[in-house]
Amino acid sequence: MNISEMILPSVRQVPPSGIRKFFDLVNEMKDAISLSIGEPDFVTPWNIREAGIYSLEKGYTHYSPNAGFIELREEICKFQERKYNLKYDPKNQVIVTVGGSEGIDIALRSLVGPGDEVIIPEPSFVAYKPCAIFAGATPVIINLSAESEFRLTPELLEKAITDKTKVLILPYPNNPTGAVMEKKDLEGIVEVLKDRDIIVISDEIYSELTYEGKHISIASFPEMKEKTLVINGFSKAYAMTGWRLGYCLGHPDLISAMYKIHQYAIMCSPTTAQYAAIEALRNSDDDVETMMREYNRRRRIMVEGYRSAGLDCFEPLGAFYVFPCIKSTGMTSYEFSERLLMEEKVAVVPGTAFGECGEGYIRSCYASSMDNIVEAMKRIKRFVEKNKK
Amino acid sequence: MEEILEILESNNKITEEQIATMVNKSVEEVRDAIKKYEEDNVILGYISLINWEKTTKESVTALIEVKVTPQRGEGFDKVAERIYRYPEVKACYLMSGGFDLTVIVEGKTMKEVALFVAEKLSPLESVLSTSTHFVLKKYKDKGTIFEKKQKDDREAVVL
Ligand SMILES: Cc1ncc(COP(=O)(O)O)c(C=O)c1O
Repeated sequence: MNISEMILPSVRQVPPSGIRKFFDLVNEMKDAISLSIGEPDFVTPWNIREAGIYSLEKGYTHYSPNAGFIELREEICKFQERKYNLKYDPKNQVIVTVGGSEGIDIALRSLVGPGDEVIIPEPSFVAYKPCAIFAGATPVIINLSAESEFRLTPELLEKAITDKTKVLILPYPNNPTGAVMEKKDLEGIVEVLKDRDIIVISDEIYSELTYEGKHISIASFPEMKEKTLVINGFSKAYAMTGWRLGYCLGHPDLISAMYKIHQYAIMCSPTTAQYAAIEALRNSDDDVETMMREYNRRRRIMVEGYRSAGLDCFEPLGAFYVFPCIKSTGMTSYEFSERLLMEEKVAVVPGTAFGECGEGYIRSCYASSMDNIVEAMKRIKRFVEKNKK
Repeated sequence: MEEILEILESNNKITEEQIATMVNKSVEEVRDAIKKYEEDNVILGYISLINWEKTTKESVTALIEVKVTPQRGEGFDKVAERIYRYPEVKACYLMSGGFDLTVIVEGKTMKEVALFVAEKLSPLESVLSTSTHFVLKKYKDKGTIFEKKQKDDREAVVL
């Protein structure tokens, strides 16, 4: 039996990451300064860790309800209302998932299959496209550009919509560009969608990390509330990536469909992480604020660093990424990243990892210590000046 | 502008140019603000936090609880001043509760500190009693954990 032929075509079709080779290089270069890690460098705040430890001491080591502890779902709803003015019923409009990642997967599996199209603006997080393909659907890519600061425009969206379109992924604040959608940007999108039967999966995992003005969810537009599934989680805001906890908010019918998949495929999210998350939502606003302010300072140092090195760099207003344009060096994203690693021992990620339209850009993450960033920017400047055309 | 103070408190080796970028102000504005803070005694100094245990220098620290009689018209300030003027005294706080002043003293040896208490501190007229506690090990000081995990244990690339 040829095992590889037993694998589903939809799974075979997704290539292993195109830049695997680059990862291996970074892995070998132990002493490189890494601006290639898309997760907080902060450790989870102590009170949150302590709540997890305490739950273990008390022996809370069993399954939780499938949708997550009701206390947690209540806190999630309070948080979303307090922060983004979104109102959901903890009983039937929230599901606690294994990271935002699971949310993306089970949302797509609940909604799309063969013949359906999923619109995905790129550059964006690497999971959307494969998850759409695994579900049997067809991804339709919108190529965003620096001219629109990598925001989705109504014109581009209108062009991508067909009568097969069932889902739009709205990935803001954005990984890898750091782009955000402001109120006026969302208004244009709402105008396009309000009379159409298209579900928006709004990935708001970076919602707490915006630097000029608060995050606005598309679900806060009354005409979009029913049609939007909000994905959020604890990984980025609370520096809890390893705890694996996220959640989805949406229409009860969609949540109960996702609940079915979650119930049979996952059972429930980690119990310890849920206890920690309750503490996070109740008592950690100050910690989130402190981390956000530190990210903001690093963000400014990094943007200034790229600009003073002579690279075009639009100002990213969210998440923890800077996405400078390296076209003026004449190198491809991959060449630039590889040579920067070999010659100056600084690791960044080629923009192409996040979609073809990422060519000519690199993702540079400022979830790294200020000292690292200052030193890395010095090296990058030297590297760019040496290679300037 | 108070963000400048936060930044300097966590790292005073940072340049004015870097601070200016971080807080999105001009270098002149930052320089003027710092100068003003220095003049107003808001910024009192730029000191380093050193773990002397890792050096060859001998050093002990003691926390001394002191009970005093406040002086007429002067309250505790005058007594405190008599005490904190000694260079051996690194910190001095007026306390609520069971005693009046916390005095942190540093010396080369326990004997040196004990002598300071016996010969300088206790004989002061307003000092009623002292209780000396020697520090055996410093775990954390000024918000800084001494034996901190420095290693970045994250995966090398996370997309
Ligand atoms: C845009 C975006 N969405 C979702 C995730 C998944 O996060 P988690 O599964 O840890 O909640 C990430 C992680 O990098 C991300 O960047």
